[in-house]
Amino acid sequence: MSDVIVIGAGVVGAACAYYAARAGLDVTVVDRGPVAGGTTGAGEGNVLVSDKGPGPELDLALLSNRLWGELAALGEFEYEPKGGLVVAETDEVQRQLVELAGKQGVEYTVVPAAGLRDYEPHLAEGLAGGVHYPQDAQVQPMLAAARLLGHGAESYGHGTLHLRTGVTVTGFTRSGDRVTGVRTDQGDILGGAVVNAAGTWGGEIAGLAGVALPVLPRRGFILVTEPLREPLIRHKVYTAAYVTNVASDSADLETSAVVEGTPAGTVLIGASRERVGFDRTTSPRVLARLAAQAVALFPALREVRVIRSYCGFRPYCPDHLPVIGPDPHAPGLYHACGHEGAGIGLAPATGLLLSQLLTGARPELDLHPFRPDRFANSSGSPTATRGETETSAGSSRASEESA
Amino acid sequence: MSPTDDRVGVPNDRIPHDRVRDDYTCDLAVVGGGPAGVAGALTAALRGLSVVLVDSGARLGGQYFRHPPGAARGGTPGLDRFLRQARALGERAEVLLGHQVWTVTRDGDRLTVHCRTPDGRTVAIRCRDLLIATGAHDRPLPFPGWDLPGVLTAGGAQALLKGNGVVAGGRVVVAGTGPFLLPVATGLAGAGAEVLGVFEANGGLGLARHPVLAAGKAGEAAGYGLAMARHRVPYRTHQAVIAAHGERELEAVTVARLDADWNVLATRELACDTLAVGYGFVPQIELGVELGCETRQDADGMPVLAVDDRQRTTARGVWAAGEPVGVGGRYLAELEGRIAGLAVAGVPVPGVLARRRRRLRAFGEALHHAYPVKPGWQGWLRDDTLVCRCEEVPVARVRAALELGATDARSVKLLARPGMGWCQGRICGYAVACLAGESPRPPRRPIAQPISLGALAELDLDFDTP
Repeated sequence: MSDVIVIGAGVVGAACAYYAARAGLDVTVVDRGPVAGGTTGAGEGNVLVSDKGPGPELDLALLSNRLWGELAALGEFEYEPKGGLVVAETDEVQRQLVELAGKQGVEYTVVPAAGLRDYEPHLAEGLAGGVHYPQDAQVQPMLAAARLLGHGAESYGHGTLHLRTGVTVTGFTRSGDRVTGVRTDQGDILGGAVVNAAGTWGGEIAGLAGVALPVLPRRGFILVTEPLREPLIRHKVYTAAYVTNVASDSADLETSAVVEGTPAGTVLIGASRERVGFDRTTSPRVLARLAAQAVALFPALREVRVIRSYCGFRPYCPDHLPVIGPDPHAPGLYHACGHEGAGIGLAPATGLLLSQLLTGARPELDLHPFRPDRFANSSGSPTATRGETETSAGSSRASEESA
Repeated sequence: MSPTDDRVGVPNDRIPHDRVRDDYTCDLAVVGGGPAGVAGALTAALRGLSVVLVDSGARLGGQYFRHPPGAARGGTPGLDRFLRQARALGERAEVLLGHQVWTVTRDGDRLTVHCRTPDGRTVAIRCRDLLIATGAHDRPLPFPGWDLPGVLTAGGAQALLKGNGVVAGGRVVVAGTGPFLLPVATGLAGAGAEVLGVFEANGGLGLARHPVLAAGKAGEAAGYGLAMARHRVPYRTHQAVIAAHGERELEAVTVARLDADWNVLATRELACDTLAVGYGFVPQIELGVELGCETRQDADGMPVLAVDDRQRTTARGVWAAGEPVGVGGRYLAELEGRIAGLAVAGVPVPGVLARRRRRLRAFGEALHHAYPVKPGWQGWLRDDTLVCRCEEVPVARVRAALELGATDARSVKLLARPGMGWCQGRICGYAVACLAGESPRPPRRPIAQPISLGALAELDLDFDTP
């Protein structure tokens, strides 16, 4: 019997487990696959404050940003506080960028057109300017998740944190309403609390508890180039369109250039967003679009070769906020999922806040905006209506997947 | 033949961009110019289909019939026949050499094969049907020192020999498992190398009952047998090279006597300057996988494309022949190519061909069973033995990833990077899967060959045009 059972060994589950163990709780982490095998293994490792407007998600990102800096001291995974550079194609967009930066309350420097190449010598000509965000960072998310689980297990007494991979949750054990553990394909595991950190599959897990949670997949592709001998790109560089696409509600394909180098010498190129269910079929059209946008931003990339691409499914909720907190309809069940494309960045804060909840401490941030029942309670709003329709569409897709 | 020749490969000059591009439209596009691809293309062309065949090599032939320009008679068995077919094909179809296929896209009933040329041009071939005849590549196993200069894959040694006639070295050792070691050894010996031995890790059949010799192909069998005897090449079963040594290049190898599971019983050193080593083949199926073709596990555990008795895959308009549907050698490959060519042209497959294919497939499976890879090779590894040479990942990092919570090859790759480099896991994929305790899975390589961002971006134009 563990104090806490965490479902999902992605970066969010790993952070939940780490902070719970650090708070003195016994934790068991279960995942149907390996560590970091879902969306964590398909991301770029963004730890961004620059792409978020003022509000609860930015508060979460700022707390997380600080925590990643601390966690990086644990070592053994790449963490690069390299800063982000958002660039504007037109003067009007630059004006909007500067206005947004002024409201965010994060560190930033306005970069005039003439100064862009001091930051990124290979940027295309003709850009109107940009904003530099020194707090933006990048982690290697797969290793980070694995190391957080490892540190949690090693640093707080052996046996405190168990990792069980290849275990599929099939339901919940209940005592009355109360969730008392999980049913799995390898027997029941009992625990004082269960954390749903199943990412894009968080809605399915919630469904096993009879709870509706509108977490749906939003597909993204990433291109990876051959390793470059000399670093060509210093920051995480993206166009202003990225900010609007992140917040967009469109189901259609949207792409915006996000370009950055990695310590391995490769260049990662994102980001596309499509709502196509869990379809893994490669779309050459999307890859071509990403390439075109990257070359437009960095003409020097034209002759650089792409050696691979991969795709993943961001877990998104209709209001683009994660779900963090206790489920009022299933006492004992907590949710920590639905972080969309920001799960890597938001993981430590999610884990810390959840551990504070689990130990009865007062969470450092107000979790009200992230409460799980916010979708059902505001049935009058168009957002919630859309959320509900998409839930049913999503579950029918999910059953097609498993069929 | 130029792209403007309109007998086959109707030119398509609608590309409005600043870059001139050669495009083709045809009934059947064939990827791969080995025995399967050439036979399939020729058969279909003879039935009146317009055919375009692409191959990345400088000449037709693939891995098996790789040959220097103006190859003389009496070289590789079967080469004369192949060259006749290749000549006939050249008169009836468009043959695009030096073209690497990096992806195939689908738009309804129409498939488009996207290639690039060595000088960076992009070429699109639009077709109704596609024949995947991409062959297979070597399946190496890692062992200490395998990354030293002088250590080659068996296929690599043969390519070196056949491609430009270079004798691969003075004192050569051939090791691994499977019948392919024989042509490699005799080829090297015939070119003047001193072949110190062929070390076959499996046993059982021995040279006298060796499948290539016992397959009833009298001329070829006698050829290898005589060549081995003439050059006094020792053939040792239950032995393997388990380590290579040298300061800057290969100087010696450790040869081990093995038990049935390939655990080491005894070792000795052997001075040499070239080692050719091969443990079977990896069928190249990524184009089919990306098109959604179903796969099955071959008798040796490798994923191959599933085809029906007309060589048709489960994806509409996509056919496959040769090693991508199961490793079985050049006779089977050519036969499957011919069957596919007939089927694409809508001609019923004669019963005699179907029966021969059944016999040859049974033979191929028997080879898989006679020459398996046994788990003992993992005991040859040291912690610092590189598994992935592109990303320089040693065994210790793979094992650490498994301890960190990786449970399969994909998660090992995510945590330790084997297979993320230039070759995309073609070399290390099998070994990583074994170390992770699973059978190799169908490869996901949406970008089958490296392509410049500029060329990839150009593809976007195709979609913008209605």
